Amino acid sequence: MNVGTEPGKVTRVVILSVVGIIFALPILAMVEFTFRDGLSGGHTLDHWTGLFSEDAARTYRGLFQAIGNSFVLAAVTVGIVIVILLPTMILVHLQFPRLRRVLEFICIIPITVPAIVLVVGLAPVYSVVVKLFGSGTWTLAFAYGITVLPYAYRAIQSNLDAVDVRTLSEAARTLSAGWLRVLWLVLLPNLRRGVLAAAFISVAVVLGEFTIASILNRRNLQTALLQVTQSDPWVAMIFALLALLLAFVLLLSIGRLGRDRRTS
Amino acid sequence: MLNKRTFAGLAVFTAAAITLSACAGTTDAPASDVDATVATSAADFGGLDALIEAAKAEGELNVIALPDNWANYGEIKAAFEEKYGITVNSADPDISSAEEIAAADNLKGQDTAPDVFDLGTAVTLDSLDYFAPYQVANWDEIPESNKEATGLWVNDYTGSMSIGYDSNSVPAPKSLDDLLGDDYRGAVALNGDPTQAGAAFAAVGLATVQSGGTLDDFQDGIDFFEKLNDAGNFIPVNVTSATIAAGETKVAFDWSYNNLAAAATVDGWKVVTLPGAVYTSFYNQAISKDAPHPAAARLWQEFIYSAEAQNLFIVGGAYPVTIQTLQDAGTVDKDALAKLGELDGELVTPTADQAAAAATLLAEKWAAAIS
Amino acid sequence: MTDASASVDVSGGAGATPRRHRLRAAGTYLGLTPFAIYVLLFLAIPTVLAVSTGFFTEDGALTFDNIVGLFAPNVLAAFGSSFFVSAVTAVLGAIIGALVCYALLGLRADGAVRSFIDSASSVLAQFGGVMLAFAFIAAIGGQGLITVWLRDTFGLDIFANGNWLYQVPGLLPVYLYFQVPLMVITFMPAMQGLKLTWAEANATLGGTRLTYWVRIAAPVLAPSFFGSLLLLFANAFSSYATAAALISQGAQIVPLQIRAALVSETVLGRENMAGALALGMVVVMVVVMWGYSVLQSRTSRWQR
Repeated sequence: MNVGTEPGKVTRVVILSVVGIIFALPILAMVEFTFRDGLSGGHTLDHWTGLFSEDAARTYRGLFQAIGNSFVLAAVTVGIVIVILLPTMILVHLQFPRLRRVLEFICIIPITVPAIVLVVGLAPVYSVVVKLFGSGTWTLAFAYGITVLPYAYRAIQSNLDAVDVRTLSEAARTLSAGWLRVLWLVLLPNLRRGVLAAAFISVAVVLGEFTIASILNRRNLQTALLQVTQSDPWVAMIFALLALLLAFVLLLSIGRLGRDRRTS
Repeated sequence: MLNKRTFAGLAVFTAAAITLSACAGTTDAPASDVDATVATSAADFGGLDALIEAAKAEGELNVIALPDNWANYGEIKAAFEEKYGITVNSADPDISSAEEIAAADNLKGQDTAPDVFDLGTAVTLDSLDYFAPYQVANWDEIPESNKEATGLWVNDYTGSMSIGYDSNSVPAPKSLDDLLGDDYRGAVALNGDPTQAGAAFAAVGLATVQSGGTLDDFQDGIDFFEKLNDAGNFIPVNVTSATIAAGETKVAFDWSYNNLAAAATVDGWKVVTLPGAVYTSFYNQAISKDAPHPAAARLWQEFIYSAEAQNLFIVGGAYPVTIQTLQDAGTVDKDALAKLGELDGELVTPTADQAAAAATLLAEKWAAAIS
Repeated sequence: MTDASASVDVSGGAGATPRRHRLRAAGTYLGLTPFAIYVLLFLAIPTVLAVSTGFFTEDGALTFDNIVGLFAPNVLAAFGSSFFVSAVTAVLGAIIGALVCYALLGLRADGAVRSFIDSASSVLAQFGGVMLAFAFIAAIGGQGLITVWLRDTFGLDIFANGNWLYQVPGLLPVYLYFQVPLMVITFMPAMQGLKLTWAEANATLGGTRLTYWVRIAAPVLAPSFFGSLLLLFANAFSSYATAAALISQGAQIVPLQIRAALVSETVLGRENMAGALALGMVVVMVVVMWGYSVLQSRTSRWQR
C-alpha cells in the first residue's frame, strides 16, 4: 500500500534517468576521447590495442606495483577504521555520551583543512614514522585513516543511531556474556551495514587519493597514473577509466559479500 | 560468520603487508671509505670507475619533477638505468621547481628524498643552501656563464619559447599579432600562470620582445595578453598533452621541447618559432646536500653532461649547454640537430634582476589583465 | 541516560564498592586512548604545525604579516568566491541528491539498482582532480562533445559570451559532479529511517501525501538534510585539485591562493602565506561546523 513514502513509478524512472544520463555524459566524453585518432577527427582502436604492446611494458611496470600498493593501503586503512574508530565509537555511544559532540567534531576536522596544507604538517610526523616503520608505502595508511574519518564516522554513526545498542548490550550482559563476547557476537553483526558502508567509502577514498601520496613521494595508484599521463594522454585516460571501473567493481563485490549471509 | 572471516582475513592481510614492506624497507649504506656526500668531483672517488662502483652499490636514484616527455627525460632516465643498472625512482612529475625544494624539506632524512634537482633559475638562485658543489669530468666544456663557480648549480639545457598549434583547425601563426585575429577565437593557452610557472613567465617574456619591448619591462607582454583576452582568443586553462590531444587548446605557448614532444605524440600538432627575438632560459642541474644516494646523484650529474645524454636532449627538442663543444668535436647527433634546427635569431635571456623585476610586475598586473 | 557506566555493575548497595567503581571508570577511559593517540599524532599535530606556519616568516621570525595579508582585497574576494561556489554547489547538490534518494525509496536495499547506485555514488563522490576536470573539458569544453553537438545540431553556442568553464562559474557544474553522489551516500540512511508506521498513521488520521511530507517527514529529515548540506559545503570549500586543474590563471578561490603561495617558481618567499590561508579556512569551517553539529544533535532525537 503506497501511503506516500514511495514515489510513483513514473517519478522514479524520470528522476533516475535524467540524473543518470547527465552523470554519464562526462564519462562518455572520456571514453570517446580514448578512441580519437590524433587531431584529425577520426577514430581508432589503436590506443586500446596498444595497451598490450611490447614497449608498453616498461611504462606499466610501475603502474602495476602502484595498484598493489593502493590495495594494501585500502586494506590497512579499513583495518584502522575497524580496529580503532569502531570500538571508540561504540565505547563513546555506550559509556561516554557527553563525549559524542567532541568525537563528532574531531571526525569532521579532516575535511576542513585542504590536504595540500595538511601535508606540510604531516611531513615532520612522517619523518619520525619512517624511522620507526621504514618508508614503505603502507605507512601512508595512517594518514589515510584520518582522511576517511568524516565519511566512515557518518556511515557508522547512522547505523549506531538506528540500532538500540544499549538494550542489546545490557541484555547480553544480563545473560552473563563478557564484554568481548557482547562486542563480537551481538554488536558487530548488527553494525554490519554501517561498517560495510564505512569500508566502501574508505576504499573509494584511498583509491582516489593523490595529494598526500604525491607530496610524501610515495607511489600509489593515482601518482602512478600521473606518470603514465606524461607519455600518452589517451593511455592516461584509458587507465583513469579502468581505475574508476576497478573501484566500482571492488565496491560492488564488497557490497555483495556484505549481503550474502542473511541467515543470522 | 561473515564478520569473523572478514576480520581474520583483514588481519592476516595487514600483517603480511607490514612484514613484507618491513623486509623491503631496509637499505644498507654502501661500505666505502669515500664520503660521497662531500665529494666535489670524480677525482675524490678515485676516478670515474670508482664513482660508478660506489653508485652501483647504492643501487637507486631518486629524481623528482622529471616528466618523461619533458626534454626527453624519459629516454635519459631509461638510458641511465640501462647503462649502470641503477633503478631510477621518478616521483612527482608535475610539480614546479619551488615544490621540488619543498619536497627536499618535507622528506629530509628519509630515503625517498630527492637526490638531484632540475630547477628554474629564480628558484635555483634562491635555494643555494640546498645544493652540494660538484664539478663534472668535462667541467671545462661548459661555458663560464652557464655554471656557478664551485658547481653548486650548472645549466643543463634550454629551449626556445615556441608556439604550437593544431594544424587541422588553425593556420600557422607568422607573427605575434596574427594571434589576435578571428581564426584563433578561444584557442590560445599558456602552460600555467606567469606568476607561478616558468614556462608561462617565458611566454610573457616572448610576447614582450616580439612586441618590440625589452626584458627590462614585461609590460608589453602583459598588454599583448590583455588584448588577446579582450579579443576572446585566450582561454585560461592549463596546456597539457591531454588538452592538446582533445583539441581544446588549439594554440599553446610552451618551450620548444614540450611542443615538439606533443607534436611527436599527437598527429596534427605543429610547432613554430616566431622570427626575430627568440626567448631562451636555461634550467639548472643541482645535487641535493642531503641526498640519500650521494654517489648515484653524482654519477647522474656526470651522465647528464656526457655526450650521450646531451645528445638525447637534442632529440627531445632542447639545446644542451655543451652543444658548441659537441659540434666542434663532431660528436653531436647530426640528424637530431638537423630536425631540431639551429637556434638562430636574436637570443634573449633575462638576467636575475630582470627576472625579479618582471616577477614583481606580473604579481601586480597579471591577474587584472586577463580577467 | 548519563550514568552509563553504572548501568551494568550494580551489585550490592550504592556504597558497597566505590573503589571498584572508580577504578572501573578510569579503566574505560583507557579504551579511548588508542583513538586519542592516533588522532593526536596524525591529525592534531599536523594541523597545528601546518596552520602555525602562517605566524612565521621565511627565516623563522614571528610575524603577523601573513594574517594581516588575509585582509587584502584580493584574498577577501577569494574567500567570497569560495563561499559562493561552496554554498551554491552545496544547496544544489543537496536538493538534487535528496531527489535521487527520494527516487530510490522503496527499492530493495540489495537489489540491482540500489547496489549499482551505492557503488557508483561512492566512486563518483571521490572522483576529482585532473581527471574530473578533463572529463568536463572533453564534455563541455570549447571543443567538447556536448558543445560541438549543441553548436552543430541546434546552433546553440554555450560559450558565445566567452568561455566560462575556465572561470569561477565553470566550477559549479564540475563540483556538482561529486557533490550529488556525496549527498546520496550521506542522506540515504536518513531517508531509509522514515518509518512506514508514520505514513500509515498519517493516512489513518486523514492526511494526504502532501501533509505527510510537509508535516511529518520534512521536520524529521530537516536536521539530517542540513547536516549533509553542511558536509557538502565543507567538501567544496576545501576542494583543491579539481579547481587547480581547470583554472590555471589567477587565484580566484582560496585553495588557488594556497596554490599560488606554495607552488610559484617566479614569485618566491610566500609559502607561509599558505598557513595563514589555511587558518582562515579553518576559522570559516569551524563556524560552519558548529552549525552542523547543532543540527546533528537534533537529528539523533528522531532516529530512535
